[in-house]
Amino acid sequence: MEMLVTAPYTGYVYPNETIIPWTLLIAIYPYLTGLVAGAFTVSSMHHAFGMERFKPVARFALLTSLSCMVFVPLPLILHLGHPERAMNAMITPHVSSAFAMFGFFAAFYMVLLALECWFVFRVDNVARAQSSTGLLRTFYRAITLWSDDVSANAREYDRKWLLALAIIGIPGAHGLHGYVGFVYGSLKSREWWGSDLMPVIFIFSAVISGMALCIVLYIFAAKVRRIKIDFACLKGMTYVLWGFMMFALLLEALGFANLVYKGKEGIEIIIEYVSGPLFVRYFVVQFGFGALLPIMIIGGMIARDTRGKAFIIGLTISSLLVLISVFMMRWNVVIGGQEISKTMKGLLTYIPPLYGRQGILAGTAVMIAPFLLLWLLTRLFPPWRDMSPEELK
Amino acid sequence: MSVTQESKKENIGRRDFLRVSAKALAGAVGGGAVFAESAAQGKDNEVGNAATSFPTEDYDWKKHRWAYGIDATRCIGCLRCVEACKTENGVAKDAHHFRTWVERYVYVEGEERARVDSHSDPQNIAASGSESEYRFDNRYKDEKVTKAFFVPKMCNQCQHPSCVQVCPVGATFRTEDGVILIDKTYCIGCEYCVQACPYGARFFDEEAGTSDKCTWCYHRITKGLQPACVEVCPVEARIFGDLNDPSSTINEFIHKNRVHVLKPETGNAPTCFYVGLDKEVS
Repeated sequence: MEMLVTAPYTGYVYPNETIIPWTLLIAIYPYLTGLVAGAFTVSSMHHAFGMERFKPVARFALLTSLSCMVFVPLPLILHLGHPERAMNAMITPHVSSAFAMFGFFAAFYMVLLALECWFVFRVDNVARAQSSTGLLRTFYRAITLWSDDVSANAREYDRKWLLALAIIGIPGAHGLHGYVGFVYGSLKSREWWGSDLMPVIFIFSAVISGMALCIVLYIFAAKVRRIKIDFACLKGMTYVLWGFMMFALLLEALGFANLVYKGKEGIEIIIEYVSGPLFVRYFVVQFGFGALLPIMIIGGMIARDTRGKAFIIGLTISSLLVLISVFMMRWNVVIGGQEISKTMKGLLTYIPPLYGRQGILAGTAVMIAPFLLLWLLTRLFPPWRDMSPEELK
Repeated sequence: MSVTQESKKENIGRRDFLRVSAKALAGAVGGGAVFAESAAQGKDNEVGNAATSFPTEDYDWKKHRWAYGIDATRCIGCLRCVEACKTENGVAKDAHHFRTWVERYVYVEGEERARVDSHSDPQNIAASGSESEYRFDNRYKDEKVTKAFFVPKMCNQCQHPSCVQVCPVGATFRTEDGVILIDKTYCIGCEYCVQACPYGARFFDEEAGTSDKCTWCYHRITKGLQPACVEVCPVEARIFGDLNDPSSTINEFIHKNRVHVLKPETGNAPTCFYVGLDKEVS
């Protein structure tokens, strides 16, 4: 049995509330799901909507989405009191539960992502199977299911499948993430969560986090690989990020304004919370540095038509800020909701432990794991479709 | 089926569960433990629905409709109920796990809002000297108190329980006689129910790795006994009985008083009825 991690509090809280039920792992879970949906959106820009400027990053974004998706269930399973019973939720789903369908949605989406990756990389894998030897050859042959048909007919068939998968995938990815928002938003026990806007807010923040991640990783990979960054592609992602950020910020502000304006019973404690313990996390980090500042930086760069190194530095900083902001948003929702007592007469403080199954170290490992997998996948299935020097001109 | 009777006592329900589990295990050739558990649960439901004996052979859960009454005007805050509950149900004896607890509301002259605390408040623990001994300190001895009262709290055994609604595996359920139980052999320990309960009545049992809550001492009431908290209450602030019995004390309590429930706006429809609540009680 792990040591009890109790939460200090002020005011009056129910005695059983002094152990925060959903820990940092449950804040990481929607963060990862959001990255999946966002990165998938980036890849769909090319695969579904045919936007050529997203081509250099489309396959990489797809692998990013897959890498994150593989680890989405991990924080949930780690948090369970009985991880070995996790499959009960799929064997005997209790349909009235907002969470009962998660396993099915996640599994469906996982299959969809794997299928899409298979079609996207099929021609490359056939070529690799033919050019490699030994164990590696067997691996690529197995991956292509021993098919080496890369005729025009077969490629056309691949293209149709890809389009269909991307079209199903977009509502799938956003549905999955909106569903995560519903898991919190549908609870009537917590005023901080019980918002109809929650699923929509989750979707918009998902898109911006995935977009920001793809931008950072694309720039990072280009630096490591010492190739020239495709400016048109980067600018395309910047526009999408910028636009969606404004929507995300507006929706969150609306959600908060609604809560305050309605001023239902217990609003005093919410005001005390946001103006006290949550002030820095909410107004300064999430809204100020994480949303307003990047919107202004990117807006300024677009207005001044900034190019070259300055643009890349500005965009990298903005994207990192967005990633921090969205994580903070997940934290402020999941942890924040639990820091406001159900009595509406007291506030708790969640202090995550360093060690243990639900500690900071475990959480960090869960966050790093997708990137290790992504590194491995990019080695096995190089996603880069670099433009020729002529094209880049 | 094993219900939430962690007092480690042998009971027929548990033996039933083991018997069914053994059958299911024998049947699940090549299947994993989860499949066996699933089969066991399916079988359990059959027992519950087809036969009328649950959890013991001579108890018919379709013949009863339990309800609970709390007269807050009578409660003296002695906390015997809390102690009895912890002992009877094997609840961890610390300040963070309670199937029932008592709140103290005190209006001090010149203040609009009540000051609220429970026995798990650090000051009260300091006064008792131990987390496993329950006491209210005498912190208001120098204040001019205009109104003060105690409110016992516990699971409200709702007719539309949010905890049952959100359980992803159906491990928590409402019995035919109106009590919410947890099948601890099936609960995955996700704590969604802990989140969903508007009353803070559920907690996570770290030792079992599952959720836990008040069962109105289901192992006692199905044998014709009173819940432990009702049994020990020296002032009859806690009343328990069968709504199907017209002469029961609970029916009398409901008929003779104007009763309230906690947080009616949630739509949970508690079957725990209160007398003597105040605007500050939530």
